[in-house]
Amino acid sequence: MTSPAKNLIEVRDLRQSFSGQEILRGVNLDIPRGETIVLLGQSGGGKSVFLRHLIGLIPPLSGSIKIDGEEIAHLNERQLEPIRRKIGMLFQDGALFDSMTVFENVAFPLRERGERSEKTVREKVARSLELVSLEGQDQKMPSNLSGGMRKRAALARAIITEPACILYDEPTAGLDPIVSDTINKLIRRMQSQLKVTSIVVTHDMISTNYIADRVALLREGRIHFDGSLANLHSSTDPVITDFIEGRSHEID
Amino acid sequence: MKFPYSFPLTRAFSLYLGQIVFLTGETFSSIFLGRIRWRLVLNQIVEIGFGSQAVVIITGIFTGAVFTAQIFFQFNALNMSTAVGPVVSIALCRELGPVLTGLMVAGRVGAAICAEIGTMKVTEQIDALRALAVNPVDYLVVPRAVAMMISMPLLVGECIFFALTASYYVATRILNVNSVFFMQHMWFYTHTKDMVMALTKGFVFALIVVFVGCQQGLTTSNGAVGVGRSTTEAVVISSLTILMINFFLTMALNIIFPAGGKF
Repeated sequence: MTSPAKNLIEVRDLRQSFSGQEILRGVNLDIPRGETIVLLGQSGGGKSVFLRHLIGLIPPLSGSIKIDGEEIAHLNERQLEPIRRKIGMLFQDGALFDSMTVFENVAFPLRERGERSEKTVREKVARSLELVSLEGQDQKMPSNLSGGMRKRAALARAIITEPACILYDEPTAGLDPIVSDTINKLIRRMQSQLKVTSIVVTHDMISTNYIADRVALLREGRIHFDGSLANLHSSTDPVITDFIEGRSHEID
Repeated sequence: MKFPYSFPLTRAFSLYLGQIVFLTGETFSSIFLGRIRWRLVLNQIVEIGFGSQAVVIITGIFTGAVFTAQIFFQFNALNMSTAVGPVVSIALCRELGPVLTGLMVAGRVGAAICAEIGTMKVTEQIDALRALAVNPVDYLVVPRAVAMMISMPLLVGECIFFALTASYYVATRILNVNSVFFMQHMWFYTHTKDMVMALTKGFVFALIVVFVGCQQGLTTSNGAVGVGRSTTEAVVISSLTILMINFFLTMALNIIFPAGGKF
């Protein structure tokens, strides 16, 4: 029996370009099991594009992506399905199915994976909604939920099948500080209760300081910094200090 | 030979055709491999088939009525008013029934399919499906395709039935055509093969509407504007394709089911 790879995710020399514009110019990143890594970077810098490569939503132009030791860069949609079952993803706007209630959205992955017992489905959905503090909202339609509630419902859907890894795309973008704090605590709770590996794409430093075990900074299509939160804050690199302190160098 | 590919329009058309063929192939492969969600198929039959009945019935009734009146005005001058029944019946079975149903369904169902899938595309719901290890073709296209293939021939039959009922009423009650002659001539000259031709055309038009609608939806981009554009294109492309394919289908089916004579 082979022991599982130490790193859940290994990315080597990942390149991507759209309409002739290079978005990723050789990204290298290892993500060990159980770690929460925050990927920082400016808006439009390719963070979400990078995240989408990890679940096979975008095929890479070149480079290698290994999930649990398995190369996924050249797999087709059907071959990717077993890999995707190991990973949950929280989309920036939740991406809830707007023709279904919150309950049906959260139950969807279970039913699609063959769970036929309605009792089990109800129990698991209730537990998932409880984890994200959305008890009693299960019969609402996504259009009747606030932005924060939509993200929490989407998170409940992502975790219901207990994936080994959760990808978060801008989990606190567009939310007020109180709701953002709730989401941050949820991510922490996922980590402590479910022991999942988490990759969080954000440019929110408050969120980063709260949830990160490790931080990587994506700049001009490459990993500019990769280290602990303490190393990030003690860095004298002007690119990093500008990002942390929110300086733009634009003349007033 | 480089010539046809040097035109961007030719290249775009080839690419589009390729995408439709690929989507059709993937859908039929899923159907034959049994990846059919029957609950979704039933939902779609209600949405597509049951929901389109009013449109199709009204189209049938008024087309049958007006066509009967026009044929009567021309034929009556030649003292051939009892030929109205067979002419209307054959025209409805072989051409008007399937084509008008196809066009009405392209407008109602093709647009709805494209708008729904297109909105799912631009709001990342299709990516969410993929991320949850659910194939969008299996989940979205297969149920709609199966539902259309079942519903469309039935809708064509329904359209023809109501058109002929309206034709009978207009001819015998309003235009005073002898009802016995009308019915007898209609039954004598209308054959099973005419009905088979109608249902075959309905089946082919169902494929055109569903695959054009799904393909346009799955390739939608640019938010709300993109959804609007895709939906318009889906209706225009499927309507024009129905009209064009209908000609070739008529020529081909006329070899298998030649007009006139007994089947």
